[in-house]
Order: sequence, then structure tokens, then C-alpha cells
Amino acid sequence: MTDTQVPEKEPTPPKRSPLMDRATGVGTSVARSLILPTLAIVTALIIGAIIIALSDIDILRLLLEDPGVALGQMVNEVSRAYGALFRGSLGSIRALSESLFSATPLLLAGLSVALGFRAGLFNIGAQGQMLMGGLAATYVGIYVSLPGIIHIPLTLLAGFAGGMIWGGLAGLLKARTGAHEVITTIMGNFIAVFFMQWILTTPGLQDPGRNNPVSAEVVATARLPRLFGADYRVTIGLLVAIAFVFAVHWLLYRSSIGFEFRAVGSNPQAGRYAGMNVALVVTVAMALAGGLAGMAGANQVMGLEPYKATPALAGAVGFDAITVALLGRSNPVGVLWAALLFGALTAGGREMQGAAQVPIDLVVVLQALIVIFVAAPGMMRALYRVKGTEEKSTQLTTGWGS
Amino acid sequence: MDKVETTTPEVVVRTSVEERRATIIGVVLMALSAIVMGVFAFGVPPDASSTFNLSLPTDAIQGVAWTFNSRIFSAVAGFLIFALGADRLRRRNLERTNLALGIGLLLFVLALLAWAAADSSFSLVGMLRSTVISSIVITLGALTGLTCERVGVINIGIEGQLLTGAFVAVILSSAFGTWAGVAGAMVAGAMLGALLAWLAIRFSVDQIIAGVVINILALGLTSFLASRVLSKAQDLNAPARVLSTRIPILADIPVIGPMFFDHTFFVYVTLILVVALHFGFFRTRWGLRARSVGEHPKAADTLGIDVLRVRYQNVIGAGLIAGFGGAFLALAQISRFEENMTGGIGFIGLAAMIFGRWLPFGALAAGLVFGFSGALAQKVGILGTGIPSEFMLMLPYVATVIVVAGLVGRARAPAADGQPYIKQ
Amino acid sequence: MALVLEGITKRFPGVLANDNVSLSVAPGEVVALLGENGAGKSTLMNVLYGLYTADEGRITIDGEEMSFDSSADAIAAGVGMVHQHFMLVPVFTVTENVVLGQEPTGFGGMIDRDTARETVMNISERYNLRVDPDVLIENIPVGVQQRVEIIKVMNREAQYVIFDEPTAVLTPQEVEEFFGILKGLQADGKGIVFITHKLGEAIRVADRIVVMRGGKVVGEALPAETTQQDLANMMVGRSVDLTVPKATASPGDVVLEVRDLVVLDSRNVKAVDGVSFDVRAGEIVGIAGVQGNGQTELIEGITGLRPVMSGSVRMGENDITDAHPRDLHQLGASHIPEDRQGSGLVLDFSVLENMILDSYYDRPFSRGVFMDWASTRETAQDLVTQYDVRTPGVDVPVSTLSGGNQQKVIVAREFARDVELVIAAQPTRGIDVGSIEYIHNQIVAKRDAGAAVLLVSSELDEVRALADRIIVLYHGRVAGEFAPDAEVTDIGLAMLGSAP
Repeated sequence: MTDTQVPEKEPTPPKRSPLMDRATGVGTSVARSLILPTLAIVTALIIGAIIIALSDIDILRLLLEDPGVALGQMVNEVSRAYGALFRGSLGSIRALSESLFSATPLLLAGLSVALGFRAGLFNIGAQGQMLMGGLAATYVGIYVSLPGIIHIPLTLLAGFAGGMIWGGLAGLLKARTGAHEVITTIMGNFIAVFFMQWILTTPGLQDPGRNNPVSAEVVATARLPRLFGADYRVTIGLLVAIAFVFAVHWLLYRSSIGFEFRAVGSNPQAGRYAGMNVALVVTVAMALAGGLAGMAGANQVMGLEPYKATPALAGAVGFDAITVALLGRSNPVGVLWAALLFGALTAGGREMQGAAQVPIDLVVVLQALIVIFVAAPGMMRALYRVKGTEEKSTQLTTGWGS
Repeated sequence: MDKVETTTPEVVVRTSVEERRATIIGVVLMALSAIVMGVFAFGVPPDASSTFNLSLPTDAIQGVAWTFNSRIFSAVAGFLIFALGADRLRRRNLERTNLALGIGLLLFVLALLAWAAADSSFSLVGMLRSTVISSIVITLGALTGLTCERVGVINIGIEGQLLTGAFVAVILSSAFGTWAGVAGAMVAGAMLGALLAWLAIRFSVDQIIAGVVINILALGLTSFLASRVLSKAQDLNAPARVLSTRIPILADIPVIGPMFFDHTFFVYVTLILVVALHFGFFRTRWGLRARSVGEHPKAADTLGIDVLRVRYQNVIGAGLIAGFGGAFLALAQISRFEENMTGGIGFIGLAAMIFGRWLPFGALAAGLVFGFSGALAQKVGILGTGIPSEFMLMLPYVATVIVVAGLVGRARAPAADGQPYIKQ
Repeated sequence: MALVLEGITKRFPGVLANDNVSLSVAPGEVVALLGENGAGKSTLMNVLYGLYTADEGRITIDGEEMSFDSSADAIAAGVGMVHQHFMLVPVFTVTENVVLGQEPTGFGGMIDRDTARETVMNISERYNLRVDPDVLIENIPVGVQQRVEIIKVMNREAQYVIFDEPTAVLTPQEVEEFFGILKGLQADGKGIVFITHKLGEAIRVADRIVVMRGGKVVGEALPAETTQQDLANMMVGRSVDLTVPKATASPGDVVLEVRDLVVLDSRNVKAVDGVSFDVRAGEIVGIAGVQGNGQTELIEGITGLRPVMSGSVRMGENDITDAHPRDLHQLGASHIPEDRQGSGLVLDFSVLENMILDSYYDRPFSRGVFMDWASTRETAQDLVTQYDVRTPGVDVPVSTLSGGNQQKVIVAREFARDVELVIAAQPTRGIDVGSIEYIHNQIVAKRDAGAAVLLVSSELDEVRALADRIIVLYHGRVAGEFAPDAEVTDIGLAMLGSAP
């Protein structure tokens, strides 16, 4: 930036979009901030429908013979799939419970990625941190015997610690050597998987009588109680996760640690100038982010049957967390809504796969599309002719150049 | 020309940072030497002998092999590594550090192999050959990355491009033959490249985020289509395996022949591509302009070079390379599509790009190093050494972390790497 | 026969950068375009060079209307520009930079290096622009880089050349040499637009002076018929004092003591090479020198932002060599950093948050880890009023403020405390004249309140106006110490490394 290239600007009041004022009546900021995500979700669902329609080989073959019937079948197929998606996410109490159940780890891991973004770090390693957190929780869940009221927090804490070590390691590498966290955390994911494959076959941890990497069950006192009785899978893990929304919000916006995170995240050079210990901030931020993901991993061991750790315990949560954080704009409350949305999509996706034979991987596609549309608001504006102030695109990450 | 003012920057003082790194490397070498001595040399019976086979069963010249006493070999290697480490600690500077580290690691690996092959034989040429094969996708990934980053666009979506390329290659090759598969994969890679460029350039989406989302999209889409389409139509997941094309005469040279001249066309094309990209970037008008866009886009713009167009061109063109890599993976290495079959190799390619200093030949060399660590993991696993195979499988990933942590020294990235260019 | 801009209007969101501006330049004529930072000079020239598209108005060359959509069009029409921030690729050679965009090529798009090199040599000889065609740009001094820029423009056979603040980075002697080059170009029949905010230079070299203010042309003058004071009045629209009013200094005890300081730059070259000096309470010591002679590293070394190789820095009783920036802050040192947006501010943060950027860790802004936003807000609002920061409120992002107001945020933050030491690096770079005056007065007020002030500026005029003593840095060493009323030529010689 040079001062002479751009003329001195007088501060200008933010312009209002006429359409949005009309659409919302008053043009409140809440409504304004909802319109783009809504358009993004709708657009993603439309593209998803096209993908479903065009990926059925039998219908495609029919299209050549009898286009009319084929088109009818396509519509049929899409409505069956989306019907199941809706039923499985919001259609019943059980569906709602499933949505909340799926949202729980997404929320914790999403907060992990969001916290990283705020400190200028792109944590792609939630996946690996979940494994390490899950592993630590498994140890405490198997070997410690205590009443539930102590055992559960202790096990969660172990999960936090496990993830914290794995995330903190990436932070330390960045602080000490400048190794870019995007690469080290991705490598951390792979290394964690191999490590789990090995350690879960060691005696003492492995489920007796198994020869694949599966741990023994964690004891009953370390399992997360279900909130609404045995029939509904949602556990108190959800409440813990929501508590952490507030905790992260407090940390970022009400504490001096968060002030340092955000300052260093936005401009590390200014952070240094202002007397902050940038290396420490980077390490601590990555460690805390890892800890949050580690708790998500602990939740996968303590919160669902069969209460065992496997190298696949993270599923795709660690990667979905990235989309959750991006959709939530790295704001803890935004992350909460994004996690609920993607939790619902995941729960609905399971129903869709079971009832309509449309693979659950579609949900991943939908998530990626939603995030693309949200990250490129200009695209949505151009598509729907929504006028709006040209937002400054945010550069959340730094390349390896600097 | 009477007087020309230039200041040659002279590095006058060694920083403490350098000294510390030199010390670390010295200590690492010492530790390696201790392992070689303690485990590899004295962990085998004194009279055990190891055999390295230098010819493959398919070779024209047979029976070339090298047999030696395992313990003496490792002891000598250990001593040499010790000497290298001591030299580092004495010098306290970074002169030829990478060379010392490289030789040290090579000796370590040879001793490891001698130990693993104690009282048996081991196909050294076989391992070198599979090193070359495993290096191809990594090299292609690195070439994709550097083609983008040389014009200032970080492409972290290589993994997704490889995966999509592999998927498309499998389907089209099964249906229409190999060439359709390769061409389709390249087009698919280019399309994802275009998406990345569009997001990054047109909408100024953060490049790393755009790349990550492309990876997620590619993973989701290929997995979805694989379970929805390929599971129903198994015949679309059965491409013909691409076979090796032996290059006459050259392939008959011992060691070198099987390593380099008895491969699928993918390997030859990759090698040619390395040369072509080097020539293109550093000798031609196209390359000069491309590099200027990655170093100082505004300067390029003031000279009438269309910055955004150059970026689009390179990112899309790089997609062709990634797609080709995906086709190699699917048609020559594995011969079918599996969910997430790339397993992070695109990211290793990215590390190879950094390790290779954004140079095409550097990408090849780095690709070979990573490929070697992969091949080593395989072969040592087969020999059965008691080291859990999971730890061997970690090797390429750990090596990647070591590379980006800069233990082996890093070069400067293009100055405008990752920065959107906004024309007023 | 002339290049004519007529009625150019260019708007940016919220700003009218050029308002119906007209300008012409004939072959063989030097027109000085004079104005403050932000007057719209650069915008106008970027329009002429095709980097911006004008909202209204037209450009004609020899009566023919031009439409410049990109700099390629401008270049093709014979317009060349030497930018203030050189448009050179640091890792390319001189030759590569000159031919970029117009490469002589052979078979397969291969660059014909011999022809390229010859081109550079020819132009170099013709205009007496001495350069080595094969060195990397990052290894040559700024003055030589400027010659490369001129060769670049000549290689494109420009008939009209725009120089954007060409003397800003040069020593007085290099400026002389540059004026010689300018005369040569003029004699060769080139039409030249010379952008500057330095009145003396405009009067010296121009055939005609055009003055801009607030996006408009506010006057025209012939050098022979005008004075610096007249031009200054036109530039700022009111009578300005070119000097800073201040009483004679009464230096007290030594506050900052720098001894044999050695600091490396990012390429591990000694940028500061054995510098010693003192700054006493109640005096302003100015560091003058051409940019890149170690000023940045000197300040970073003193303030703990860059490791010190050897030597010592003391502040009063305390050894602050390699101290952490936080330690200096607690000892009562203020630092206005050279790079306002790079170091001094977090642009995404609000004015409020930037007001406490380096004091957030202590009362009254926080207790333990708990931030006290209520008391922070109160303080910030007071400071905004007290330091005349023009902002809609303390909650707007600081990035929406003008450069001058951003700098006032920093000054408010750094000057609000009682401090013993003030380190101000380039405190008025690139801001409007009103803010400059204000900040100058604040610095003098700090001195009069008993603080020791170390001022670094690449504007020799600023150093001479403010400082009680001037130290000149050349190649990382002290090349001389002067009283503020010393001859400019003497100071200039020291800046060039030849002691008087």
C-alpha cells in the first residue's frame, strides 16, 4: 500500500442496498447478514439436485429412449432424496435429536478451526487432533475409575490435552521454524492415522479378541449421558460444546489473550511492534485450537456406541469443521449456527443414503458448494442480481512467501 | 561505461540462528551415527552378509549383485556419518550443509538396508525403480504447484485435482480407452484449475481457502459418484492398465536401464515436462512474463502485461498437469478408482515444490527424495525388520514436515505468492 | 503537436479524485505538476497512463483522441511513466527488466539475450544512463534503479514521459544528476510531466508549473514569475508557514545512549555498522539520510524489533540492548513506527482497539486477562477529541480513516502518556499538510515537556525544520553531525558519503 497511489479517502457512511432494504423492510444488519447464506444454501441444493438427477445411470440410459419418462423419474429421484434429507434432519423428534447429535462434534471442531482463523492460522489438522484427543480420552476412559461426575470432565480434559499437544506441536513448529501450518497440520493428520493404527493394536489398549486396530470400551462412568433418554442419541456433549461457544467468544473478545490473538492474526508485525510475543501467541492459539478439536475427538469415543476408539473415529468431522468455520465466518456464534446446519445435513444425509440410496457424500458436496458461495459473495450477487456494497474480500491466511 | 555503481551484498556475520541450525544438524548426524553403530552394525551377527541385487529378473544382463559383510559395512557408514556430524559441530556454519545432511542420510539408509537384508538379499534396483515410479505423481504435483505459484497463485487444491483426474481417467478409460482417459483427466484437472483461478482472481477469495474447498468438493463429488455410479456399473471401474514401453538399448543398461528406461509413457512425459517447464520459465518470453507476474504484478501491469490473464492461463494449464498426474495414478499405478485414493500425495507434492525451490528440476529432485522414502517404507516393510510398518508408512509425511520446517534450508517464494492482484 | 488532457474526472468511492482537470504538454517541454499528497496528481497520471479509466474527459495526442484501457495502450501511443515506487522486479536483471513486455525473441519464443543486452547498452549510451545490464535489480542502489526505469521508458520509444516524484528517494547530488538527464531528454524532444511536491525543484526545472489541490487545477505559473511562497499558498489554499515554530532547545540529561551499534538487515548484511550517538532530554535529534542507509534497521535495533549484533543501547539507567518492545513501553518510550499500516496499526481493528494496541495489557484497559472495554472506550473517545482524529466514531475500522487521521491515532496512542523518550520514524510520510503541521507541533510539544526525541525522516526539509541536531547516516555509519541551519549542500555531501 502506498499512500500516494490511492487518494486520501474521507470516511464514508456504509451504503445501503436498496433491494435488501426492500426485502427486509428495515434493512437490519441481522437480515442483511442472513440473505447471502440463504441464497448460498438454496443454490447449493439446486446444484445438488442436478447432480443427483444426472448421476443415475439407469435414468440416463432411459433418457435416450424416452426423455419424458426419464425426466419424470429424475424429478422423482430428487424429491425422494431431498424428502429423506428433510425427514432425517428436521422431520421428527428423533431426526432433530440426530441433527443435534451430529452437530456436537462439528461444533467443537468448528470452533477449533475458527479460533485458528482468528489468530491468523489455518488449522486443517482438526482431523488429526481429534484422533489424538480421542486416544487420550480412551486411555482415561479405560484405565481410570471414578464416579461419573468427575470421570466425565476428566476424560474430556484428557481429550483436550491430547488434541492440544498435537495442535501445539504444529504451532511450535510455525513459531520456531516458520513451517506453514497448512502443510504441517495436514501431515499431522496422516501421521496421526498411522499412529492410531499402530497404538490401537498394542496390548492393553486393543479390544481383546480383535486383530484390527480397535480399542476396548471406555467404562460406563466415562460415557456421556444422553440428554433425552436412551432413545435419543444426543448427549450432554452438546451442552459442553455450546458452553465452549461462549468460552471461545469470551476468550476472543473479552480477554487480553484474545486481543493478542486477533492482533497477531490480523497483523503479526503490528503485534510485535506492540510488544506481543508473536511466537507464544501462535503456539498457544494452535494448542487451544487443537484442544477444542481434541474434545471433539473425545466426544466420538465417549458419546456414541460402541464407545471405542478406532483410526476412523473422526470420520470426516475434521474437514467438515473447516466448512463450518468458514460458513460461520469464524465467529463463535456463527459457528454454532453453521454446525447446526451441517449437523442437520449430516443427519439428513444418513436418512437419504438409507431410504433413497443416494450416497451421504452428497452432503460433503453441498457443504463445499455452500462455502464457495459464501466465500465469493460477488458470485451470489451476480447470479441473483442482488445489489450490495462491494465487500472487501478477507484474506484469512498467509502464504509461504512471507 | 566508466563507472558502474553496484553494491554486492556481502554476508559479513554469521547469525546465531545459522549457528544453531548447524549445531542441530551436527547433533542429528551424531544421533544417526549412534543408531547405525548400535543397531545396524552390532545388531547383526559378525559374519552376516547382505546382498544388494543390481539387476531385475527382466533384465538382459542377469546376476549383477553386490554381497558384503553387513557389520563392517554399517560400521564404516556409521563412522563416516560420525565424521560428518563432528565436522558440522566444528564448523558452526551452513556451508554445504545440505550436502552433508544428504550424504549422511544416504549412508544411514544404506546401513538400514544392509541391516534389514542381513543374511538375505535385497533388490536395490527394484527399490530405485519403484522410487522413480512413486516420484512421478509427487513431481507432477510439484510442477502443478510451481506453475501456479510462479504467477502468484497458491494452489493447495492439487490433491483434489489429482483425485478428480484419477476418477475421470478411470471412467473414460474403461469406456473409451486409455487416451480418452488421459485426455479427460487433464480436462478435469484444468476445470478445477479454472475454478480455483476464477474464485481467486475474479472474486478475490483467499487462495488457500479456495484450494481447500476445492479439495473437499473433489473428495465429496468423486466419492458420491463412485458409490452411486461405479458401484452399479462395475465395468466403468476397470480401465486397461497402461503397460511399460521399453526403450530399446537404453533399457538394457544395467541399473540405469530398469530405473529410467523401462516405464509407462507417463514417466517419460513427466521427465520431458520438467525440461520443458525449465526451458519455458527461464528462457522464453512466456516465462519471463509469467515470473514477473508472480514477483511484481504491478510492474508487469505497467508494462502492458495482462496480469489476470497470465494467472488464468497458468493456473488452468497447471490443472492439465495435475489431471495427467491423476491419470497416471489411476491407469498406471492402481488401475481402478478407490475413494480418496490420493491419500495426501498432492500435499506432499506441494512440499516437494517448496523443497525444490520452485524450480522444475528441483521439483523432480524433491519428488525423487519423497518417492525414495515411500519406496523405502514398502521394501523395508517386506523385509520384516520388526519396525512396525505404520512407522515406515509415516516416513514420507514426516519427511514433509521436516522439509517445511526448513531443516534442509528453504528458498524464497515468489514475492507476490498468494496475493490477489486488484486493478484499480 | 501536444499531449492534451481535457476535463478529466475520476471518482473513487466517496472521493472525487480528479475534478474536471485539464493539462497539456508539448514536445520538448517540461511541465511540473505540483501539489500536496492527495491532491490528485498521481490519479491524473494513472489515468493518462491507462492504469485508471477516467469517468469523464478525453485524452488527445497531436489532435487524435486516445482511449487508454491499459498501460499497453498508453505505451503504444508513446506515453511512458517512471513510477515513484519503481516498477522493477527485484530478482530480474537490469536487461530483463528493460525488455519485459517487449522481449526480442527467436525460435519458440526464446528470448534473444544478446539483442536484449545490446538494446540496453545502446539506450544507456545515448542518454548517458550508466548501468550494468547483467546485475540483479535488488543489488543496485536506488539512484541506479531509477536510471533503469528511464531506460525502460526510452526502450518503449516514449514521446511523453511522466516522472512521479522522481527525486523523493535521491540525495541532493543524485537529484542534480537526474536534472541533467531530464535536460537531455528535453533536448531530445520529449515532452515531460514532472510530478513533485517540492516547490524549489518545480521552479528550477520546469518550463511551466501547474498546481493541483483537492482534485482540481488551481493555478498555473511560469517559473520566472513566481515564488515559492506563492506556489505554497496555491498548493494548500491558505497561507502556510514553511517553518515549525519552536523555542531554542534546552537539553538536559542523556536519555538515549547508543554505542557502537551493529544491526543486520534481512539479508544478513550489516545495515547499521557501529553507530554511536546520544539523545538528551528536551532535544530533538534528527537522523537524515537517503532511504535504505540503515535508518530502518537502526530504529528496529533500538526498539527491540531486530536483534542487535553488537554494541549497546541504554535508556537512562537501564540497558535496553535487545530489550523486548514491551520493556521499552514500560520504561516510558514511545515509538511512532515508520510503516504506519504495516506495523503501527491493525487495519481490521477499530479505532478504539488501535488506541490501546500496545497498552492493552495493563490498567485501566485490562485487569489480568479481563479486558475493561468501558474504560477503554472512555479513554479512546477522549483521545479522539484531544488529538483531533476525524472519525465517525471509535468503533469504525481504522482502515476507513484517511492516512493523516490514521497517523493521528498512532500519535494519540503514543503521546497520551508521560514519556521520557519519543522515537518517531517518518512521522508525516504521505499525509496531508494539515496533519503534518499538527504532528510537527505535537513533537515539539513533547520536546518542550522534557522528552528526548529521536526523529528519522527521509525528507531533509522536515529534519531541518524540527531537529536541534542532525545526524546523517550513510551506509550504516554516521557520516556527519550538523546544526539545523547548516548548508544543504554540506548535509547532501554527507548523505552521499563524502565528508565535507
